Order: sequence, then structure tokens, then C-alpha cells
Amino acid sequence: MNIPANLKYSKSHEWVEFTSDTTAKIGLTDFAQSELGDIVFVNLPGVLDTVTAGESLGDVESVKAVSDIISPVSATVSNVNEKLADTPENLNSDPYGAWLIEVEEITGAEELLDAAAYEAFCKEG
Amino acid sequence: MGHYLPSTEAQQQEMLRAIGLSAPGDLYAAAPAALRLSDGPNIPAGKSELEIRRAFEVMAAKNTVYPTIFRGAGAYRHYIPSIVSTVTGKETFLTAYTPYQAEMSQGILQSIFEYQTMICELTGMDASNASVYDGASAAAEAVAMCRDRKRSKALVSAAANPDVIETIKTYCWAAGTEVALVPERDGATDLDALKALLADDVACIYVQQPNYYGIIEDGAALCEAAHAAGAKTIMGVNPIAAALLKTPGECGADIAVGEGQPLGMPLAFGGPYLGFMACTAAMTRKLPGRIVGQTADAEGRRAFVLTLQAREQHIRREKASSNVCSNQALCAMTAAVYMAAMGPGGMEKAASQCASKAHYLAAELEKIGFKRVHGGEFFHEFVTGCPVDAAALEKKLGENGILGGLTLENGDILWCATEMNTKDEIDRLVALAKEVG
Amino acid sequence: MDLLFEKSVAGRACTLLPENDLPDYDFAPAQKRAAAPKLPELSETDISRHYSALERRAHGVNNGFYPLGSCTMKYNPRVNEAVAALPGFTEVHPLQPDATVQGCLEVLRLAEKYLGEITGMDAMTFQPAAGAHGELTGVMLIKKYHEAKGEGAKRTKIIVPDSAHGTNPATAVMCGMSVVNITSGPDGCVDLEALKAAVGEDTAGLMLTNPNTLGIFEKDICEITEIVHEAGGLVYYDGANLNAIMGVIRPGDMGFDCVHLNLHKTFSTPHGGGGPGSGAVGCKAFLAPHLPKPVVVEENGALRRDGSRPGSIGKVKAFDGNFLVTLKALAYVMTLGRAGIPAAAQNAVLNANYMMHRLKERYSVVSSEICMHEFVVTLEKEAKEKGVTAMDIAKALLDEGIHPPTMYFPLIVHEALMVEPTETEGKEGLDAAADVFIKLYDKAMADPDWAHAAPRTTPIGRPDEVAAARNPVLRYQFG
Repeated sequence: MNIPANLKYSKSHEWVEFTSDTTAKIGLTDFAQSELGDIVFVNLPGVLDTVTAGESLGDVESVKAVSDIISPVSATVSNVNEKLADTPENLNSDPYGAWLIEVEEITGAEELLDAAAYEAFCKEG
Repeated sequence: MGHYLPSTEAQQQEMLRAIGLSAPGDLYAAAPAALRLSDGPNIPAGKSELEIRRAFEVMAAKNTVYPTIFRGAGAYRHYIPSIVSTVTGKETFLTAYTPYQAEMSQGILQSIFEYQTMICELTGMDASNASVYDGASAAAEAVAMCRDRKRSKALVSAAANPDVIETIKTYCWAAGTEVALVPERDGATDLDALKALLADDVACIYVQQPNYYGIIEDGAALCEAAHAAGAKTIMGVNPIAAALLKTPGECGADIAVGEGQPLGMPLAFGGPYLGFMACTAAMTRKLPGRIVGQTADAEGRRAFVLTLQAREQHIRREKASSNVCSNQALCAMTAAVYMAAMGPGGMEKAASQCASKAHYLAAELEKIGFKRVHGGEFFHEFVTGCPVDAAALEKKLGENGILGGLTLENGDILWCATEMNTKDEIDRLVALAKEVG
Repeated sequence: MDLLFEKSVAGRACTLLPENDLPDYDFAPAQKRAAAPKLPELSETDISRHYSALERRAHGVNNGFYPLGSCTMKYNPRVNEAVAALPGFTEVHPLQPDATVQGCLEVLRLAEKYLGEITGMDAMTFQPAAGAHGELTGVMLIKKYHEAKGEGAKRTKIIVPDSAHGTNPATAVMCGMSVVNITSGPDGCVDLEALKAAVGEDTAGLMLTNPNTLGIFEKDICEITEIVHEAGGLVYYDGANLNAIMGVIRPGDMGFDCVHLNLHKTFSTPHGGGGPGSGAVGCKAFLAPHLPKPVVVEENGALRRDGSRPGSIGKVKAFDGNFLVTLKALAYVMTLGRAGIPAAAQNAVLNANYMMHRLKERYSVVSSEICMHEFVVTLEKEAKEKGVTAMDIAKALLDEGIHPPTMYFPLIVHEALMVEPTETEGKEGLDAAADVFIKLYDKAMADPDWAHAAPRTTPIGRPDEVAAARNPVLRYQFG
């Protein structure tokens, strides 16, 4: 399982790449995509929408299931990965390249794990 | 009593013994004894098939079947090709369920895929669902597709069918969506009034084409006004008119819905009918209900499946935007067979004759004092004043096997003509109406 | 197999309409569509053969066993179709004067009376077109009731067991309610303590099906309805499973306030490949003023549609629902009558228990109590140990000409197959089907790969559903 060392992780299996103190990229982890199976669609918020740590920011669909994506931070959406609308399979094939949203004005965050702690958390499962 | 139980008494006993019970009543041991009916429900004893036939023939005879009909207002008598009921009467189509098992249900799935394609062609939209209950509930479901966190109000044209308006209002009351009516002017949606009502909390407008009074709305202008205010446009269209008139797609509508009954379904006292729903590519994932898509199996053979199911209630549960979990499959098939039999030429011919007959009817009625109350162009329905006693007119026509136009609340009459009405019928109607005067 | 559009030949047509006996009317070009719709151009032979071929690629109750749990795929009597085709019903315009539709109104009136007796309800509407539509109407009645009492703003929660059909929570939300899920016991029955903890001043109602989705009768049903009533809420009966108890026990007597019926399931009107159905809704007298309008009333020996109903929720559909479906259900009820209705239910239950008894030879049954009209088996163990899933067994059944049971429902059971044989299968049919289930089980356990590769004899193999959902192709693309 791929868990890049430079990222932070939530217990609901989102990754966060802080690009500054108040901005970040958010995506789904390799563990998340393998649990979800073939992802067929992702519902994302719009630019300027606010997201709240611990609450759903959107959802991800497989053929027979839909799962909430829990926001790891409280912030404002600054960019949305529009390409995922046409290529949701990238969430499976390249989970750390296929970011979901970029956020700015981060005002808070859930408890985030570093790579080693997240790996341990996944193993506890 | 009649029944459809293949197992004989002896076989039933044998099965009871096999599961370790001695009496049929033991099957209900878990149910509170005090609640159990000792002697069945309080309804008459069962009947043989022949008795059932007779009973229903007696009830059918209590209805009047008019050889000639000049009434529409949401339900239309058109010619139904003979092949239609032959196909839809096939036992497998009649008795199958929703095509959950794709491998065993390609016939039903393909028929729906073909239906979806035809509805897209007819409406000029990108995607269609497998159908919903009827035109009125389709309109209400379409309103729900448009609502979001920021926009929670629907504007509905007062020139739409009153049953559709009522149904939208009911759904919106339940969901907490505000509804306001856009007034009509000279029988059409008042564009200026619409513009005044379009605020930034308006999710959508609903307009009907042709509208309840038969008038052809300026669909493009209505769509443009809605879009300028950031609202979506839902157009309720008559599918026969759609074969001839500018499509919702050409007008710029986001969602097209309508009552599919004219596409081969009998009047049948109001149902079963067919609600069709189609939309732009951008709104596809908000469509409610079943949708059939094309894919392939492992060997590359074309296959059809129920798709985009993660929209639906059985997966999304309380997060689903609709609870629709079926379609009017047999009615959708009816519409598809109808359109296949009519073909593009037949559809246009039917539409064109509807307009031709209706315009002749309007001109002839005008001559005897039933003057049109609106100025706008119409398709196959129009409203006139009623210079005679409406009840006397209805009686006179009824005695002669004619169901005349529908008397509206204000005393005006909403007339309809279709390809079924011959020139002779129209002339006879006018002659009889003249006698009443 | 080719699509209609691929069989189209330019210039081909059926000759259906005469030439116009009046001058054609020309609309202004701006009002007309730019091009004709690309509908297929076909002869009647083409159409006839096309749909005959499609029929061969489908499966109905006429083709074989169809034990699709929760769907009650019973035999659909043909006399129902015959009486529904009488021109005295099919050629009637819904907006004809009441005096000219007395036969139609009598059908609605009788259906209300008889189905009211069967459910223990005082009034009924036939406007809803399907089960989910009936649910929507039923919860609207509950909402309207609380509004009328001035408690609409307060009572906004609908309680739904986690074993419920997905329509229940979706329906509640369509009515502006929020959903309180309560966990069920291992037999799918309502946990009374969980229910007591969930009810309160914000409770609008409880939605429940009895027997539950595991096919078990809720033995505490009277306590359940009482707990909700005590809290000021109403109880809604999801009629999905009425076939088990019709004519034996009435929802009204169990304390339910309103019900919906799936006339296409329980009352034998066909499913039609997914519809049209009918989701008739019945209610106790105190809810009747809120029913959709119009309602049929009797005055001076004549029937009339009364549309002036100030307390009504309004309309959920144009006209009076799927009228011909209601008519078929009435024909069925009149055929079976007082003795036949409970006999049908009893045989549905007997058949389910017999089938369960036979399948127990191999399959793990979720609850081994006496079941009602259906039961659930789980392949959880087989999936873990051998990789043989509910899906594998289902697909293997296709090759045997048996429509598989409902798969992966209820959600509280893993690798579930929900089997509902219905009363219209005979003992030898059940034995033959059980033999097939057992044979396939043994074969799959001996050779899981064999099972994964099923089906083999159907027109297509397992379709790629992921591709279908990722890149939706929802209509034919003209070249």
C-alpha cells in the first residue's frame, strides 16, 4: 500500500498536502480507493463553497455504493479537479495524483496523522 | 371461490408435515391470536372467471363511450396502430419485473434504451430516463432536480395544466420548496411578469408547450429569461406537437418532461399513462428513476444495463433526491412501438393533421359565435367563449355521441381536435352547436 | 442484436393514417423544429419480428420460476387483462362528466371497499402509481396531519428500521423529514428499547413493513405501534410484504394508521417489466380528509368525484391514478373473495417455509423460525471460505432458466439471497427449483471458478457495469 511520507492523513482516509499554512490539496488515499473498488463518479463542491472539518464535502460513487468524503479541514474551496468528472478511474489508478479539491483560508483541521501513524492505523483496521 | 393455487390439498398437507406443522394456522403462530381474522375479510365470496367477466361487462356498460371526442386537456384520443397492443400484450413483457438481472433481461433493457433514444430525438435533449409515473409527476420530479442550497423556489406558469400545477405544488409543499405562479396574459405565460419574479433564489421555471389553452409559447424567450437569472427551465411538452414544433432542446430548455399518453396509450379514464423526462448532458446525473445504459460483456458483446444506480434510493437512501424506483416500462414500450410504427413521417402527419383539424374547427366555431378568447398561435387545442348554455350544449352533443370541449371554470370552452376527427365530424359538431343556440 | 435504428431503411413506413380531408395548416418556420426526429423507418414486419426477438431475450413469470424476494412475482391471471381491455373502460376520457363514468367510479368505489376491508382501513386513494409513490403519499398524509394539529414544525422525524427498503428513508426526505435509523435485532425485528429511545416530541411517524424484510412477523407489533402513538406519532405500513398476511391479519388492527399497497405485487396485476403498477394508499378515518383529491363519494345513489377537499394534500398525479391497474386488482380480489384471499396468503407462507426447509439442506438461513412469505439465506461463510458469492449462485441460476432471488438485500445481511416463491407455484415446481439450488451450491463449492464464469447460456455474459457508469451511453448514437 502506497502512503507517501510528505502527506498528512485523516482517519476517514483522505490525504492532505499542505501547500502553505492556510492552503492545501485534498485527495483520497490508496487504502480508500482499494476499499471502494472501481470508482465511477465523484460529486465535489464548487469553488468558493466552504467545507468543514469532519463533515461531508462530497461523495464518491462505485457501481453499487456511495460513500461520503469527509473534509479533513475547515476551509474555502479554491479549485476543483474538473478532470475527475471524465476520468474518475484516476482515483483508483493514481490516488495521490488525482487530487479532489484545493482549499484556502484553512481555519481548522481534524486530528491528522503522519504517514507512519496512518499506516499503523490502516493495519489496525 | 376462484384461486390460482396449483398445489392440491394433499400436497399442501404434505408440505405442512415436511416443515413439522400440523395445521395451516400454525404458520401464523407469531402473530397475535386476538388479531387473526377467523373467517377472512368481510368481502363477498369469490367468483368464477365467467362471473368476473360478466360483472365487469356490467360495469363497463355503465360508462359512456363517445364515438367522437373534441376534448383533450391532458388526455388525448389518437389513432393507435394495431401492432402496439400486439407487442405490449406479449406475456413476457407483461409479467417480467424490473430488469435487475441484465443477462436475462436484455429484451426489456434494449426496449428501454430504444425508448430513451426516441424521447431524446423527440425533445432534442441529451439524455432520457426510463420514464416515470405520468406527465404531472414528471414535472414535479423535474422541479426537485433543480433545487439546490441556494435556490429553493420554483416559478410555474399559470398557463400550465391545472393538474400539473397542483401536483408540483403538492410535491413542493412536502419538500419545503416555495412555488409562485407566473401569471398568463392573453393565454400565454407573461414574459414581463416572469422577468419580474426571477430573483436569485429561483431554482427553475416550469412552462408548458403548447400550454393548457393550446397556445404555442415563445419557448426560446422564456428559457432565455430564466437563464439570464441563473434559473433552469423545465418545459412540459406534448409529444405529438414535439414532432412538428420547435423542440425544448432548440428552445434551450434544461429539462423536458411531458405526458406520454398520446404516444399509443388509450384514454383509459386517466391511466396508466407515461411520464417522460429528458435533460441536458449536464443534468444527467440528477435525473430520477431508472436509466438504461449501453456497455459490453467480457466477450465484447453489446449489453444493456440499469446504470448510474448510485443516484438512486436503494443505494443513496436518505441522501437520494427522489424515491422513484420503477418506471412505467410497459407504457414506455407502448410509446416506443407507437413511434416505431408511425416513423418520422407518420408522427409529422399526425401532428400536422391535429393542427389542421383544430384550425378548421376553430374557424367553423367562430362562424357560429364561439369566438376564440386568445390571440396567439395554437396547436390542437384552443379556448372559445360559450354563447349558449354550456349544460344544454353538452347534453345535445352527448345525445349525438359527441364529447364536446371542456368547460373551464370561467365558462369558456377548451376544445381539442386530433387526426381522429374527420371534417364530417367537425361539421356535424358545429351544426349541432348551432341548433343549441 | 440490432437496434430498431440499425434496422431502419430510409423511405420505409407503415400506412396508418389517411390523407388529410382538410387543407394542411402551416406554422411559421420559426415555430417549427429544424429537422424531423430520427425515428426508425420500418415496416410492420420489421417491428413485429424485432419485439418477438426482444421477448425471447427476456424472462417473465410465464417463462419460469421467479422467486424475487420482496417483489411477489405471482402469476398474473389473464382474466384481469381481458376485463381491463373492455372498450367501456379503455375508451373513456378522464374528464367526462361523472354521470357518464359511473362504471369507472364503481370500480374505484368497490376497490376502496374491498381493499379497505383487507387492510382494516376506512378510506383509500388510487392516485399513486407505484409503491414508492404510495409511500410518498402516505408520509404526506402524516405530515399534513401534524400540520393540521399545529405540530408540523415540531414533528419532523421519521423513524425507519435499518432493515427497511431504501425507498423509506428517501421518501421521508422528499417530505422534508429527517430520518432516524434504528437498528434491528438479529431477526430483523424492531428492537423495542431502541424504538423507545428514538421516539419523542419530534417524532412524525414510523415506517414499517410487517412481515419485515427478513420475512419474519414482528411479534411485538402492537407494542410497537403503541409506543409510537404514545409519543404522538403515526405509524405507516409499507405494504411490500402484505402477501404474507392478507385476509389473515389486518394492518389496521395492528395499529397502523395508513398503508400503501403494491397492487402489482400482492394483487396480481402484472409488473410489466417495471410498471405500470399502483401504490394505493389506505388510511384510518381521521386521516381521510387529507387524502389526495378528488375522492369518489356517493350521493343520491350516484357516484361523484369530489374535488373540493380543503384538508387534502392536493394531487400526486393527474386524474385518478393507473385506473386500469386498479381495475385488474379488483378483478383479482373479486375472484379470490373472502376465502380465497387468506388461502393465497397462507399458501405463500407455506410455500416459502417449504422452500426454506428444502434449501436448509445446504444454505444458511438467516432466521430459522417459521418465516412468512419469504426468507433470506446468506453465503457469507461460502464467500469467505471459497469465494462463492450470492452473485455467483444468482448468475448460475440464470443458466437454469430460474430468475434469481433478490441479491444483497436486506443490507443488514451479508451475501444475502432473498427468496419469495409466492403461492402460485406448486409443490413439484418448488421441489424442482430446490433441487437446482442445491445442485448449483454443490457445483459452486466444488469448483468456484465454474460459478464465477456463470452465466453461459444467456444472450450476454456478465456486463461491465463499471464502464457503463463511468462513461454513460444512454442513447443510440447515429453515425
